[in-house]
Amino acid sequence: MGLLDRQFDNSNIVITSLDSLLNWARLSSLYQLQFGLACCAIEMMAASASNFDMMRFGVIPRATPRQVDVMIVSGTVTLKMATRIKRLYDQMAEPRYVISMGSCSNCGGPYWEHGYHVLKGVDRVIPVDVYVPGCPPRPEALIEGLMKLQEKVRNESLAKKKIA
Amino acid sequence: MLTDFGRILIFLLIGAVFTGGGLVASWLLRPRRPYPDKLSTYECGEEPIGEPWVKFNIRFYVVALIFIVFDVEVVFLFPWALVFKEMGMFAFIEMAVFLGILIVGYAYVWVKGDLDWDKPSPKVSRYVKGIGVVSDETVDVNEQVAV
Repeated sequence: MGLLDRQFDNSNIVITSLDSLLNWARLSSLYQLQFGLACCAIEMMAASASNFDMMRFGVIPRATPRQVDVMIVSGTVTLKMATRIKRLYDQMAEPRYVISMGSCSNCGGPYWEHGYHVLKGVDRVIPVDVYVPGCPPRPEALIEGLMKLQEKVRNESLAKKKIA
Repeated sequence: MLTDFGRILIFLLIGAVFTGGGLVASWLLRPRRPYPDKLSTYECGEEPIGEPWVKFNIRFYVVALIFIVFDVEVVFLFPWALVFKEMGMFAFIEMAVFLGILIVGYAYVWVKGDLDWDKPSPKVSRYVKGIGVVSDETVDVNEQVAV
């Protein structure tokens, strides 16, 4: 039922120590939704394969959104695919994160002006945590993005979010 | 001090605490913000259509039964093959009787026609001189009218 999730106004000693444990567990096992959209997916596969081995960061591809934490949108998001991506994101369990990989999913990429069928950035349908630039980004760049996401997860808290 | 079953009891207790503890911990810690789109059935991102409780053809049941019979037969064949050299002719006749019983059952299923699968017979429209392209039903009607 989430008895501790966002139930406390300020961070006390229990919440902060629990935070560090939970965040460590979460950032060390960021399971990835197993799907690729375009040429970026080839680089994503290279990052998963033995040379770069994303699995050493705990990134394991899973075939269902119920079991994953991070969705790597790797490639051109067409308008047709955008509704599917939205639905897949909805079906992921919280906490959930999105890495937008490559120019196409960042902003439409080479299709930014005349791509009649391309969504101009995946952040128009789902919230994005980390943008990885490149066309396509090298596997090192994707891993850099992943480590940025890990930094973000490390600083999360169970406490209620302050409204600025 | 501990009997063998005592050790098994300790295993069971540790297992129960481990799985139960995991469930309780996640119940305490997980965020719970359900909404209809999140609870919808996963169909690779497609909109789910229809019910998951689809009726299967009853013929799959027969096929599954036959499969299990021959599956078990193979399980019996392996240990039999191991001791075949020592036991000799006796083992051979024993297994022949066993296989014979199964083969009678298989023949029975075959004769009853449970292995025959319904094949589709699509109605193909064809060209009839003086009438045009017609389906089979139309031809039948026309023939009846002609008579």
